[in-house]
Amino acid sequence: MTTEVVSEAEVKKEPEKADEQPAAPQQDAEQESEQPAAIQDGDTPRTASPQTDRKSKEARGLSRFLPPWLKRQKSQSRTEPSEDHEDKAPMEEQLEAPPPEEVSPQEAERDESHSIGSADTQPAKEEKGEEFPERIGDGKEEEDLLESKAGEKEDEPLKAEAEAEKSSLKPAKKMKTVTCQVTLLDGSLLPCEVEKRAKGIVLFVKVCEHLNLLEKDYFGLCYKDHADQKCWLDPAKEIKRQIRNCPWQFAFSVKFYPPDPSQLTEDITRYLLCLQLRQDIASGRLPCSFVTHSLLGSYTLQAEMGDHDPDACCLDYISEFQFAPSQSKEMEEKVVELYKTHRGMSPAQADAQFLENAKKLSMYGVDLHHAKDSEGVDIMLGVCANGLLIYKDRLRINRFAWPKILKISYKRSNFYIKIRPGEAEQFESSVGFKLPNHRAAKRLWKVCVEHHTFFRLVTPEQPPKARFLTLGSKFRYSGRTQAQTRQASTLIDRPAPHFERCSSKRLSRSLDGVPGLGMDDQAGATSLGRTPGEKNGRDPALELSSDSKSKLRVQGENIYVRHSNLMLEDLDKTQEDVLKHQASISELKRNFMESTPEPQPSQWDKRLTASPATSLRLRAQAAFEEEVPSSSLLSSTVACTTSVPAAEGAIAVGSPPAAAHVAEKALPRADGPAYSSNDVGKTAEDKQKSDTLEQAEVEIEETVVIKEVRKAPKVEVTVPEVVVTAVTEKEPEKKPGGEAEGRGGEGVTQRGSTSSDSHSESEDEAEYHPQAPSVSVDQIKELPEEEEELEVEAQPLEAEPTAASPCPTTEEQEPALKDEAQNGHPESQSPQGSVEEDEEDEGEPKLNGDASRAETEGFPQVICCSEPPVVKTEMVTISDTFAAQKTEISTLEVPIVHTETKTITYEAAQVDGAGDSEPGMLMTAQTITSESLCTTTTTHITKMLKGGVSETRIEKRIVISGDSDIDHDQALARAIKEAKEQHPDMSVTRVVVHKETEVMEEGKD
Amino acid sequence: MAGLMEDFGNFTHAVVRAIPDSFANEDSRRKKTVEVDLAKAQREHELYIEVLRHQLGLRVLELPADESLPDCAFVEDAAVVCGDTALITRPGSDIRRKETEAVKMVLKEMNLNIVEIDDESATLDGMDVLFTGREFFVGLSERTNQRGAEILADTFKDYAVSVVPVQNGRHLKSFCSMGGPDLIIIGSSEQAQRALKIMKQMSDHRYDKLTVPDDAAANCIYVHLPDKGHTLLHCTPEEFPESAKVFERLKDYLLIPVSNAEKVKVDGALTCCSVLIHKKV
Repeated sequence: MTTEVVSEAEVKKEPEKADEQPAAPQQDAEQESEQPAAIQDGDTPRTASPQTDRKSKEARGLSRFLPPWLKRQKSQSRTEPSEDHEDKAPMEEQLEAPPPEEVSPQEAERDESHSIGSADTQPAKEEKGEEFPERIGDGKEEEDLLESKAGEKEDEPLKAEAEAEKSSLKPAKKMKTVTCQVTLLDGSLLPCEVEKRAKGIVLFVKVCEHLNLLEKDYFGLCYKDHADQKCWLDPAKEIKRQIRNCPWQFAFSVKFYPPDPSQLTEDITRYLLCLQLRQDIASGRLPCSFVTHSLLGSYTLQAEMGDHDPDACCLDYISEFQFAPSQSKEMEEKVVELYKTHRGMSPAQADAQFLENAKKLSMYGVDLHHAKDSEGVDIMLGVCANGLLIYKDRLRINRFAWPKILKISYKRSNFYIKIRPGEAEQFESSVGFKLPNHRAAKRLWKVCVEHHTFFRLVTPEQPPKARFLTLGSKFRYSGRTQAQTRQASTLIDRPAPHFERCSSKRLSRSLDGVPGLGMDDQAGATSLGRTPGEKNGRDPALELSSDSKSKLRVQGENIYVRHSNLMLEDLDKTQEDVLKHQASISELKRNFMESTPEPQPSQWDKRLTASPATSLRLRAQAAFEEEVPSSSLLSSTVACTTSVPAAEGAIAVGSPPAAAHVAEKALPRADGPAYSSNDVGKTAEDKQKSDTLEQAEVEIEETVVIKEVRKAPKVEVTVPEVVVTAVTEKEPEKKPGGEAEGRGGEGVTQRGSTSSDSHSESEDEAEYHPQAPSVSVDQIKELPEEEEELEVEAQPLEAEPTAASPCPTTEEQEPALKDEAQNGHPESQSPQGSVEEDEEDEGEPKLNGDASRAETEGFPQVICCSEPPVVKTEMVTISDTFAAQKTEISTLEVPIVHTETKTITYEAAQVDGAGDSEPGMLMTAQTITSESLCTTTTTHITKMLKGGVSETRIEKRIVISGDSDIDHDQALARAIKEAKEQHPDMSVTRVVVHKETEVMEEGKD
Repeated sequence: MAGLMEDFGNFTHAVVRAIPDSFANEDSRRKKTVEVDLAKAQREHELYIEVLRHQLGLRVLELPADESLPDCAFVEDAAVVCGDTALITRPGSDIRRKETEAVKMVLKEMNLNIVEIDDESATLDGMDVLFTGREFFVGLSERTNQRGAEILADTFKDYAVSVVPVQNGRHLKSFCSMGGPDLIIIGSSEQAQRALKIMKQMSDHRYDKLTVPDDAAANCIYVHLPDKGHTLLHCTPEEFPESAKVFERLKDYLLIPVSNAEKVKVDGALTCCSVLIHKKV
């Protein structure tokens, strides 16, 4: 895309608009209706210029379609003036400028023709918004569209944004473009040129267009991060920020395996799925028996070669096909034997048969993640369409169907699920798993959230609430659900596209050629228990096997990385910190403390290694994603070891140092363990001061609470449950040593009526962060969207409690936290010293002492907040080996790194007894944390009317935490000011200043 | 893929083995000091084989008894056959290990793909393996361990293999069996019910269940006959009157009561005495 393009686009647009006039009224109306929202969002652009106007219009009109996260951006820009400068500017620009690419007539046409189906087309938002009505003509379609909107939102908005960005940039300067190499499923390479700052969606759309794929919701792009982990490219984020320094190489892959491929609308979609499965099978990721390999292979031949030619000697060329990870002559003969029986079968039929057989395989569509149970036993967690599967070696030892899961969360390297009580049971239980590192935990969490959303939810509703919540976070599964995509598929109205089936022979080769992409997962998948590593050679680390100690793990972590963007990125500095499995907590602790932070992972590893059982790995991540600075907290922690500079960049001033020192401090602490939050202050301070930070703790929690709503307003959906996941990210807060923290808690309550009951999920990304003290909360990533039925509970841990009590005092909270931890709350603060980076996600880094803020913030229970610098205990529950759900809790004491927590929980109307005291539903909770600031916004619906109308109260808690140096008054003033800007009606109900000192808690284990 | 549901219950062959005279001996293997009437047991066994042969129309391959192997008639423990693959087990009781040899030979002759367990740490009794047509459940018992289950999972890769703890010296199929496609027959004991609960949780599939009062009565043989449809071999009313009534509820089933009074004294359930095979010709 270049300037030229832009101009074209503009030109064209104009005319189009005119044409669209008829539709316009509708649009306007829509826009108006949405205005409030828009306003809240603060369309900056609007006022700007004529162009802007247009844009704003579009924006508004589109806003419907916009996924929460998109909106959030706007909000961010407003809210976070100071911080975002960089981002902001671009964004505004984007808005103003017309979307270049989309404008192209062709695309526009396409859109029209396949309204829903063609998500690919990048039609500008406006176009779509306006045109839709026209096209649709019939009410029916409209409905569909509406429904599909949700789905579309993602894409289109994203596109729009992406494009907008491009366009915006253009004027300013020439867009720099980058050529991406995308490995397609047939093994071919597709060079794609995108702007350097383009979002993932741009590239994805281009690829889909190239493939002529309409049912694209099942697919995604992945890349390998520097740790050689396979990560899913988040469509909503800039590519560059996600891949960091990694090469611009991507692989187009199936992200959600449709349980019943026969329900796919187009053969081309099935074909692509077949290609993916052939890869999965050849790589061993999808295990099958000899007979099945042979049968599937025979269908592959039939599809690619047509009828068996008796005259030709198949055996000659057949060995060029890869039917299995290792195939014998015997298998090839069997393949041919079966192949002969398929005579007369069309390629499409052969593909369909292939899928019918492949879908029955037990590991079909199961995304495996290495983990350990509470006893340190290596297990694998498999995420699939139906829920979460637990494997030990190749045996299934437990299974948690989505309906059984109330909440999904992760904290540090621990991953938790809260289980719905069984018939005989009275209480919910939580099960915890230890992932190799924080990133792995987050990745798993995201995968779960996405799968749950995709397969379990019918429709993500649009979030009316978004209006209220200015803060939005972003990340979540932004795509359509399976139900939506199916529905959208029904609208596909085009002649079956012609496509060439290429020989899978080539496929295998190409794969080899492109080592990194594509195949990674397999490794994990291959052997549940003992997967070796990833494809690449690197993997030794990958293996989780018990033996592998921290070192190995460090690299290996999980094979599957999804959305790891947050953490991944920086090569240099950041490396992920990983907590690895904990063997003995104490050991970890010791190690952690002992270990001196060093920039390089390897060193860490070594040190970590020292601790036999457990390895903590800290890696500092230097890189923060721009968007998610907050995550940086973690990184900061990491940074401590690694590079301070990095930390600085991303994080607030105060924090970085802290992080840097953390490691050092850790040691000291070890020695003199006790910092009590209260008393500690002095010592802690001293130490901290000297070092800056003693320890940084990072805790990241993301929780998704899933509740099934019975009432759901929507009837449409078949799905009984609505799940909303909200993820809040917390930004890292750093507090230097145990010094006092200043916290300002503001409670703002607003009441509004919310139209919808449900919420949607919120996403979190950690967007950015702030610098230390000064920074404010701006970024909110989550936008709560409402889903119909779901209620949102505040962040899992904290949020809920918070919701109940609007302004919990930090102090109170802390205890609570501890209690929880003891109880086995998942959230527990991580004892372990693992520091991880959360770049995007929520990580709230807590520096040693700082913990307070997190707590304060309002997650009552959750650890989110920072706790006393020293040691926090986490409770980890590990699932029982057997189906019985146990909750075992192990408490670990670990030095805390800073923590960021973002949690958004949606709960269904009926809240399980999460212990929320509130009668109302908590729709959303957001916590934004900057270094020094942590803001928690909770939206409660105090009254739920079945009709879907409810009263909403938004409660915002802002916690300011910081080093001793922080100017509390100033920070508070700023925070209040910002809050007021966002919510003019709000009132400050409480301000609490809490000083915390670091405390060493030793007794907890 | 192998083991399609439509094939569930379709068998063509049965491997059985005669009861040796040593069967009734008071071996150390027998924990129970139950009097076993050898002649009666052998008579039962003959009738059982008759049913397989004539009523079910299976081709019965009968192995000769081995006096050194008192339990050799319980061939189910020696092999797990699914599709064209036979996993030769490694029985948890070391005195029974040799039982697999003869079974292996006969299965080999049938041209099945033979998989053997060469891991000395693994133990697996076929009686602990429940194949539902969609997946496997393996009881982790005194006779079957984790490693054995893993090997089973490696052998039958197409299927999910879930483990179910089984205590008290019993086998998984001591209190359950398949009574048809997606139908699990389960005993009423606490242990049986607990196991069922676990199985339900572990499965992506919903099974129907048929609960019978007596655990031992829950072990039945289901066969789908081309001409007679659903067929179930179950306990006799003499042995378990209450449970026998329950089977009456199965409609459209051909119910064939088979006496098993003597064999059951030594944990010799109906399924124990044969290995059923579906061998396409």
